[in-house]
Amino acid sequence: MRVGVFICHCGINIASVVDVERVAKEIEKHPDVVYVTTYKYMCSDPGQELIKREIKEHQLDAVVVAACSPHMHEKTFRDAAKEAALNPYRVEIANIREHVSWVHEDREKATKKAIKIVRSVVEKVIRDVPLEPISVDVTRRCLVIGGGIAGIQAALDVAEAGYEVILVEKGPSIGGHMAQLSETFPTLDCSQCILTPKMVAVSRHPRIKILTLSEVEEVTGYVGNFHVVIKRKPRFVDENLCTACGDCEKVCPVFVPNEFDMGLSLRRAIYIPFPQAVPSSYVIDINSCLGLEPLICGKCAEKCEANAINYDDKGGRIEVDVGAIIVATGYELYGKENFPEYGYGQYEDVVTGLEFERLLSATGPTGGELRRPSDWKVPKTVVFIQCVGSRDPDNHKPYCSKICCMYTAKHAMLYKHRVPDGKAYIFYIDIRAGGKDYEEFVHRAMEEERITYIRGRVSKVFREGDKLVVWGVDTLAGKKVEVHADMVVLATAIVPSEGTRDVAEKLKCATDENGFLKEAHPKLRPVESLNTGVYYCGVAQGPKDIPETVAQASAAAAKAIDILSQPKLYHEPTVAVVDGDKCTGCKTCVSICPFNAIRFNEELKRAEVNSALCEGCGSCAVACPSGAITATNIRDDQVIEMVKSVLQEA
Amino acid sequence: MVGDEWEPKIVAFLCNWCAYAGADLAGVSRLKYPPNIVPIRVPCSGRVDPRFILEAFKKGADGVLIGGCHTPNDCHYVVGNFKAYKRYILLKKLLEQLGINPKRLRLEWISASEGRKFAEVAREFTEEIRNLGPLRLWGE
Repeated sequence: MRVGVFICHCGINIASVVDVERVAKEIEKHPDVVYVTTYKYMCSDPGQELIKREIKEHQLDAVVVAACSPHMHEKTFRDAAKEAALNPYRVEIANIREHVSWVHEDREKATKKAIKIVRSVVEKVIRDVPLEPISVDVTRRCLVIGGGIAGIQAALDVAEAGYEVILVEKGPSIGGHMAQLSETFPTLDCSQCILTPKMVAVSRHPRIKILTLSEVEEVTGYVGNFHVVIKRKPRFVDENLCTACGDCEKVCPVFVPNEFDMGLSLRRAIYIPFPQAVPSSYVIDINSCLGLEPLICGKCAEKCEANAINYDDKGGRIEVDVGAIIVATGYELYGKENFPEYGYGQYEDVVTGLEFERLLSATGPTGGELRRPSDWKVPKTVVFIQCVGSRDPDNHKPYCSKICCMYTAKHAMLYKHRVPDGKAYIFYIDIRAGGKDYEEFVHRAMEEERITYIRGRVSKVFREGDKLVVWGVDTLAGKKVEVHADMVVLATAIVPSEGTRDVAEKLKCATDENGFLKEAHPKLRPVESLNTGVYYCGVAQGPKDIPETVAQASAAAAKAIDILSQPKLYHEPTVAVVDGDKCTGCKTCVSICPFNAIRFNEELKRAEVNSALCEGCGSCAVACPSGAITATNIRDDQVIEMVKSVLQEA
Repeated sequence: MVGDEWEPKIVAFLCNWCAYAGADLAGVSRLKYPPNIVPIRVPCSGRVDPRFILEAFKKGADGVLIGGCHTPNDCHYVVGNFKAYKRYILLKKLLEQLGINPKRLRLEWISASEGRKFAEVAREFTEEIRNLGPLRLWGE
């Protein structure tokens, strides 16, 4: 073998801790290494040119790049090698930055460890076989999970690019939380006015199929060829027949809290989530309807002229093949019940930001007139508390929920617009207004709208008569503050929606310690998951506001379109291989493969691997009792040589 | 060999998707840990053949770490971590019969977002192996 080893300084990132010249000298002693060099930035253009030149110059048939993590530049260097006509699977990365120079301080020991790592990777690469990627077809259809503004934008973008989209929404209508908002910062646009045209565009789009009341049950396959099972819950109303006339609703005898209004109003058991719902159809709430037992009730069906109501709707199971998946499962609020100091959610007039939105909204329970829930009086003093559960690593969530500073300023402003003689107080820790026109908006709240900003936390809220007493502290003045308020609004933390974790598990995507979807790289691959072909957008990935969500949704759509527009996709060829002569036909591997990639050929009495399905985990190679299965380019002999090599003194 | 100069030798088999990425994050976050652990990247903890571990002990490792994705549902290959776990339990029993303290083999679930955990495990495990002293196999 003729191996070339290229050692990167990474500026001083590696070279300040690891003696790269000594590593070079040691590696040169390996009998298969014919060329070693070090360079300041191997990933730079001249660095890559250097690799290409030396591959040709020294007729290298394998390359090791000792640099940063393979998760960073394995592809970069493999592509460079390919341009120099070296098989990219004969290029391996030795990680001496993340695993050495960034975590160790002792130069001598770090250098020795680097030598061991590089040497072990040389042992691997000399045993690597050249490979060609396996080509597979692409299903030109995209699945979008979640019908909020993120999912809506992503679905529209993908559909506009010419591909079919299946938009799956758990609830009875698309629209998400944005449909619940009154006005949006910093422009004070009416939220529904800017959202509903997009909802209609989705519903009318010839290439988008909306599946409401539906959840993803199972996902198998791989990029370009996912197979998805979707479970549709019964609506009991045929959405194609329903004219949304509302006759059914009038006769329904059951009243339950309305989720869309955050429980601040009542709805019937047959209801439309909100007037602009898409699909524009009524739905029966299975948990409260009496008519599912037709002997007890059946009033709505009797009344429905369109004959749209079907108590026997059983829902269904839909199976669909897609090439790419976009996850936009959104958020929910961290519950009020987590805050004993603010009354555990027991005081009716202590509300969350989303409840306050409904009280401000023209479509809300008060028709946009601001009144407090306990006695529907107009509150004359309102206290807004920011960072309720956010930025509190000891008790609640460590992160900043990012949108609260802005929506609290908006809330206070809208309150002042509706109750001009009212007083608004905002307790804050810091004001984070880092968006376009955001700082100006907060400034307007403070200066023009005469909202009192108090820097400090609130320790307690308790009831005294019909007032809520707020005990807080003004840390700038260094004194205690007591406000007798009519209403308190909590800017509670936002958390990933309940189903996010479940969806992530089904898609084999990671979540972080707070339950948000974890992206492939926080800076450079912010909408990609580590599972190729699965992309993220919206708050499920991390707290963000509407403009950021929309931008991210378009980014996720662009990534999905990138996959859907490929004539062919290429699958990693590092798959399992069966040596038919050694296979005894015990079928252990067939039972162990989680991807159903191994089939038993009854005629030949031996196992066969479907290389398009094999993901290359290598479990079968460990399980095979006769040693007939090998994991390509991570074979037993390769790992064992690596083990020996790292244990040799450096 | 035992004395001030002796340093524990530890081989770490890290799965590509979780533990290896967790170790990357420890690096990106500049979390310090002792350099005794030398990693070998494997696709999945389910790829770690017990033979690799026995070979490591035979060739002078004082400790072996296997890093995989959290159970039950983090594994990129669905259930590779469970396979690793089953083999690990059995192998620990075998190690005892071979006269190797089973504490010298450790399996940890470390996600891609747990750089801190990786650094902690590296520190702790190195310390544990240091306390156990160098591994002596029969005939040594």
